[in-house]
Amino acid sequence: MAINWFKYSAPSTFYGLAGKLIPFFVWPAVVLFGIGFYIGFFVAPTDAVQSEAYRIIFIHVPASILSMFIYLIMAGYAALGLIFKTRLSAMMASALAPTGALFAFISLWTGALWGKPMWGAWWVWDARLTSELILLFLYLGFIALQASIEDPRRADRASALLAIVGSVNVPIIYYSVQWWNTLHQGSTIKFSGTSMHIAMQQSMFIMLVACWLYAIAIALSRVRSIILERESNTQWVRELVELKGERV
Amino acid sequence: MNRLSLIDLLWLVIRRDMLLAMRRRADVLTTLIFFVMVASLFPLGVGPEADMLRKMAGGVLWVAALLASMLSLPRMFSADHVDGTLEQIMLAPQSLTVMVLGKIVAHWMLSGLPLVLIAPVLGLQFDMSAAAIWTLMLALLLGTPVLSMIGAVGAALTLGLRGGGVLVSLLVLPLTIPVLIFGTGAVEAVNSGLDAVSNLALLGAFLLFALVFSPFVAAQALRISME
Repeated sequence: MAINWFKYSAPSTFYGLAGKLIPFFVWPAVVLFGIGFYIGFFVAPTDAVQSEAYRIIFIHVPASILSMFIYLIMAGYAALGLIFKTRLSAMMASALAPTGALFAFISLWTGALWGKPMWGAWWVWDARLTSELILLFLYLGFIALQASIEDPRRADRASALLAIVGSVNVPIIYYSVQWWNTLHQGSTIKFSGTSMHIAMQQSMFIMLVACWLYAIAIALSRVRSIILERESNTQWVRELVELKGERV
Repeated sequence: MNRLSLIDLLWLVIRRDMLLAMRRRADVLTTLIFFVMVASLFPLGVGPEADMLRKMAGGVLWVAALLASMLSLPRMFSADHVDGTLEQIMLAPQSLTVMVLGKIVAHWMLSGLPLVLIAPVLGLQFDMSAAAIWTLMLALLLGTPVLSMIGAVGAALTLGLRGGGVLVSLLVLPLTIPVLIFGTGAVEAVNSGLDAVSNLALLGAFLLFALVFSPFVAAQALRISME
């Protein structure tokens, strides 16, 4: 059976598809979060050096990985939207931004909570911490620009350009910060895990997959809201079954 | 009508912007005074010990220069936008990229270059050595054009928005971090007896990279904002 992929690049058709897809991401995410937390808290052994506090890694590492990946995916959608003028891509980009910012924030927050017992400081100017902070700034800039432009078409295209410029800058910023850090002080903090216990690996991997599924599910449901908001004066939205009887 | 060459066009735009700025000198002076003021506030805040001031001079002057150049960014396109000139410029058959480059160069000459020239005086306030002051000037000479170029993209994206002034800083400041790092790195290298050439070379690389891409990207941003 040939599938016409372009069919789902229209917001009106994608709205229904996204609605059908969301449960396939939400429920596995819930189950995997459960399994991941169980292994992380009860199965994984206590770390020899860091005792119980290391368990924050199971949320910290997936959050950091996702915050970086989501920025790239967001910039990818933004580029698609700018090049092919597809409205849905721009909507996806703006649907992903808050999730990315949230993961960047969680990563910094859990990092601070982890840093206090381990390094004795809530914050150190480590290269990775600093670049994560700058990444959060980039997300906030994207969201702020989008929020301050009223015309949605201009908002989409302007923030898309910003995301692309940002993604070109991300590696430059990352290496600058790393170099700056080595100039100022030797890298004193390294996670010296010679080899991780298998249960730790399992838990972290499961949590990573769960976070991915969560991010996809939340982005899809957010994009549904954005579609409804943008298309609220079209015929197909008025005819939607689930909105019958409500004023749109 | 004879066709303008690109160099003529560039020169025309620069001369026009300079002339307009000379008719309203206060704008240029405000940026400069802001720079001097911010830099002078730091000793008042952290104390007058010469050792400490010498150590932080590079960073303080760079951050002050960064903030001062943010201050003048919203002006890059806004006056032309308000009186309709920008629309006419965009309708012209000439390359928008080159005209944006002209505006960037003019903006730098009016907001970046004065900072480079006044920096030695501030350096003396901070008890910097002669070698460190020279390096600082060189680093600012290479770095401030990059600030104008990255800033041009932000200024074009936020054109005509409410609260554009604060927004443009929010968008541009994270992107200028590499310039700040290597700009202060150069001064720091001289202070600790090392060669500043690697830092300056990287600043030069940023300058070339920004010179190639930013006028084009800023022109695209203007098109998005103006349609």
